[in-house]
Amino acid sequence: MMDGMRKIERDTAASDIKIQARSVQVFYGDTHAIKDVSVDILDKTVTAFIGPSGCGKSTFLRCLNRMNDTIDIARVQGDIHIDGDDIYDPSIDPVQLRAKVGMVFQKPNPFPKSIYDNIAYGPRIHGLARTKAELDEIVERSLRRGAIWDEVKDRLHEPGTGLSGGQQQRLCIARAVATEPEVLLMDEPCSALDPIATAQVEDLIDELRRNYSVVIVTHSMQQAARVSQKTAFFHLGNLVEYRETGQIFTNPEDARTESYITGRIG
Amino acid sequence: MTTFAFVALLCVSVLGYSLNRHAATRLRANGTRLHSVPAYHGLYSLLSTMVPVVTLIVTWLMLQGPLIDRFTMSGLPAGSLDSLDTGGRQLILAEIKSISRGRIFGDPEAWKVDAADRYVRMHAISGWVLLGTVIVASLGIVGFSRSRVAAEFRARHGVERITSGLMLFCSTIAIFTTLGIIAALLFESIRFFERVPIMEFFFGLNWEPQIPLREDQIAAEGAFGWIPVFLGTLVITVVALFLAVPVGLLSAIYLNEFAPSRLRAVAKPVLEILAGVPTVVYGFFAILVVAPAIRSFGATLGIPVSPNTALAAGTVMGIMLIPFISSFTDDALSAVPKSLRDGALALGATRAETVLNVLFPAAIPGIVGGILLAISRAIGETMIVVMAAGLIASLTVNPLDSVTTVTVQIVTLLIGDTSFDNPKTLAAFALGMMLFVVTLVINVFALRIVRKYREAYE
Amino acid sequence: MADVTAGTNPGPKTVSTADVVRASLARRNRKQTLLQVLGLGAISFAFLMLFILIASLVSSGYHAFTQTHITLDVFIDPEEVPLERLPRGGFDDVLEASLASVLEDTDPNDRATMRALGGLLSNGAQFRLRDRVVEDPDLVGQTIAMTVPVSDPYDQLNKGLIDRETPEQHRRLKDFEIAWFDQLMAKEAISKPLNTGLIANADSRFPELAGLKGALIGSFWALFVCFVISFPLGIGAAIYLEEFAPKNKFSDLVEVNINNLAAVPSVVFGLLALAVFIGWFGLPRSAPFVGGMTLALMTMPTIIIATRAALKAVPPSIREAALGVGASKHQVVFGHVLPLAMPGILTGTIIGLAQALGETAPLLLIGMNAFITSAPSGPFDSATALPTQIFIWADSPERGFVSRTSAAILVLLGFLITMNAISIYLRNKFERSW
Repeated sequence: MMDGMRKIERDTAASDIKIQARSVQVFYGDTHAIKDVSVDILDKTVTAFIGPSGCGKSTFLRCLNRMNDTIDIARVQGDIHIDGDDIYDPSIDPVQLRAKVGMVFQKPNPFPKSIYDNIAYGPRIHGLARTKAELDEIVERSLRRGAIWDEVKDRLHEPGTGLSGGQQQRLCIARAVATEPEVLLMDEPCSALDPIATAQVEDLIDELRRNYSVVIVTHSMQQAARVSQKTAFFHLGNLVEYRETGQIFTNPEDARTESYITGRIG
Repeated sequence: MTTFAFVALLCVSVLGYSLNRHAATRLRANGTRLHSVPAYHGLYSLLSTMVPVVTLIVTWLMLQGPLIDRFTMSGLPAGSLDSLDTGGRQLILAEIKSISRGRIFGDPEAWKVDAADRYVRMHAISGWVLLGTVIVASLGIVGFSRSRVAAEFRARHGVERITSGLMLFCSTIAIFTTLGIIAALLFESIRFFERVPIMEFFFGLNWEPQIPLREDQIAAEGAFGWIPVFLGTLVITVVALFLAVPVGLLSAIYLNEFAPSRLRAVAKPVLEILAGVPTVVYGFFAILVVAPAIRSFGATLGIPVSPNTALAAGTVMGIMLIPFISSFTDDALSAVPKSLRDGALALGATRAETVLNVLFPAAIPGIVGGILLAISRAIGETMIVVMAAGLIASLTVNPLDSVTTVTVQIVTLLIGDTSFDNPKTLAAFALGMMLFVVTLVINVFALRIVRKYREAYE
Repeated sequence: MADVTAGTNPGPKTVSTADVVRASLARRNRKQTLLQVLGLGAISFAFLMLFILIASLVSSGYHAFTQTHITLDVFIDPEEVPLERLPRGGFDDVLEASLASVLEDTDPNDRATMRALGGLLSNGAQFRLRDRVVEDPDLVGQTIAMTVPVSDPYDQLNKGLIDRETPEQHRRLKDFEIAWFDQLMAKEAISKPLNTGLIANADSRFPELAGLKGALIGSFWALFVCFVISFPLGIGAAIYLEEFAPKNKFSDLVEVNINNLAAVPSVVFGLLALAVFIGWFGLPRSAPFVGGMTLALMTMPTIIIATRAALKAVPPSIREAALGVGASKHQVVFGHVLPLAMPGILTGTIIGLAQALGETAPLLLIGMNAFITSAPSGPFDSATALPTQIFIWADSPERGFVSRTSAAILVLLGFLITMNAISIYLRNKFERSW
């Protein structure tokens, strides 16, 4: 266990900064949901956001691909840079941003279309494939990356809503990677899944680290410990502590983190 | 006299209520433990008096009119009704009735005045007998229920049984209404088909419901083929949908996805107002504004437009249907789970792409159901077409021509004509039956689609 | 952006997604703008239509809220109106003579001129004079001041609806008639007060006399009957279905029936009423009572659906609390649930009645479009209703009826808006969140 963690520390040290957030504030109407959060998220790393429910971790995640734009009353202040570009710059179209920053949601949300069309949707709207063969190839590659190809390859044209919960979530992950994003945001991707499906998805997340910067929101500390290299602990809208996963779980600096990890803040 | 009967019933039932209540209170005062509180004993008496006696009065009133009419007619001197058809007999009856009300025109024959006297007398007798029966029956029931007041009598259960029965009766009204519609349409249609061959009605290409008023009159036989009439209905419906479907869909999409919340707050009530405008107002709007506008527009283009063009009626009907379709689309779009919208947006779809590729296909069943209901509404819509469409049936699909519709024909055939024995009036019922069947099929189908769709997302 | 990522992201692709997206973004945004423009256009179209509808009604209807009157000194000539022949007499001649005495260039012996003069006054003027004289026969031989409506063409002229520039042969008033009117104007005999007749008079063949009294009373009786029948029956049915009905075939059948009835064309209800109420039960034609029964059948589904929704909204905790202290199911429903649901039920009922008030087609079929010049005295008298009166006036050829129709529609819409406002007020006042 300790060996593995030291290895992870070396890995993260070698990565570049992918997302740089500085003094981010989010307001929902009068509620101050995120208070002055600054964080650097590394490339080719799984970063976990943990914290009690309502602590703002999902809200912050949704800032990273500007999904908060879809909520009328939400206001975001501060700077978030991805690859050095300010994503809240007026010249940046959220469409462009979201093509680069994929997202997987808490509940699997396949479109009421065939499995093939679910995967092909992103590439189609963005015009990533010029021919049918190219599209077929993207679909197959994405489903393989989503570790679901073997289960669905014979029924690509059946509706995606007919799959089991775990399969649906992997389908959604495959759908998200089909547009070749550089960052993958996951908002409690396993909360609606049974333990077996969770294990499959967690294995998949570890796989995805090779190509993407993965940010995962979870309220399962075990899951954060299992899949992430870096962990950020949020509490009441504040970023309390952000360190190597191994360190935060074994040697938390902040009293609040310790209380949470030892089960005193629920 | 009917009023007296109701007043008597009311008094007796209230009397029964207080009798029973007092009796029960006295029992309790003597230290007996009652099963039901005194008020329930009173209510029991009240309800068991009211329900049967009101039923009696209503039945009496329903039967009294036709029976007295029949007695009046059969009591006329022999021979006075010879060589008269049903219409003629009804005229005589109407004359007798108007004499009985004191409205005398000219110098009626003596036998008519006699008959009117008898008519008045019979009504008076019937009223007195009714009053007597009501008093006797209600007093009897009150006496009976008074005798049942006892400690162990379950008055509350009795009251609840009666109210349950009443509520059950209320809910059967819907069934009776449907049965009444079917019976009325079927019965009169059968009488129509006794006079006009059924094949001619269903497959005939001519609709000319003029019939000779006198034997010797030279007139067309009258033709009753419903195809041109139905075709006219379809032409107007299609014009209406051409306007209402795109406008309704687009405005719902805009309100649901793009509109700033302040516009939405204004637009929804505006659409509701548009939906609440009575159709007779739309009809007047058609003749006051839309038809002249279309005619003058056609004139500037050099196209002859008939005054009762299908286009005008269809356009106004389309305006009427806009809020209908837009509210169904709005509901259907709102029912699509938010997660699907988020999923598409997170993939980098624009809002337009999200609506068109993901939300809209997911909402299609609900929208189709709404459009089907709109079609059924357009087919059954009456006032707009009565006021703005034509009267002459013609086999045309040109919206600039004048066409007639099923509902227009029903109304024009029945306005101002009372007798039920000529093909002209009966034809209206045959058309009504077709209208009922067509709209029923569409409605059942549409409601099924809408319900299935709702279940899918619940 | 691609330059930065190129080194760090050796994925299988050769071109980065960001580049492809950027290239097509303008096109995709144009598509979005197009959809927005179309949507905005659609909603504006709906707004515009409502605006034109209201504007055309107001602009043609507001004229009918005033009525041109003329004030005359009438000498009741005993030769024309002999006491012994009352109520018969030449009241029209008396009026024409008094007009002739006011106007210049009129020869009392020229029959044609006198007839044209008579056309200046409403047809009702002579009857109003007659009624006054019959009431007080002493007036014969005296001169009295009378204010009576002018006939429709002069009313239109006074309201500027007849263009004086139109060539005489296309105009409804000849040059000399306009000159008369101008003389009367100059003598300040013409006034244009609020048209109380619009509400106080019953129907008439003459636009300047036609009013809505009969229609308003007819509509009142019809709605009253509709309410008395549909309210208790609808609530009873809704309570049964929502609270007591077992889940079985019968309940399903009732439910399907109610949903379908709500969508049956209104004209079919008219056929039902004609065949069953009038044909089989022998109820009188044109009676608001029959109209009310028909409307009740149509309103019931609305009330049932609204009542069920209101009952559903009462939280189970209230029921459980009442059941917990030993109340029977009936006591719970009638004592606790129903009172709490009442505001919702009333809201639904008012909306249902507002729909019923605007309903026309079934009333036409049962003969409520008859021409009746007196207001009904009860629900069994022949009468018209507001919407059917609108239909009758819209069908009338006289020009004056156009603005009357619009005015009648404005009155109808006024009632509908009031009813809806009441229901919105009720909803807001009594709405509670559980």
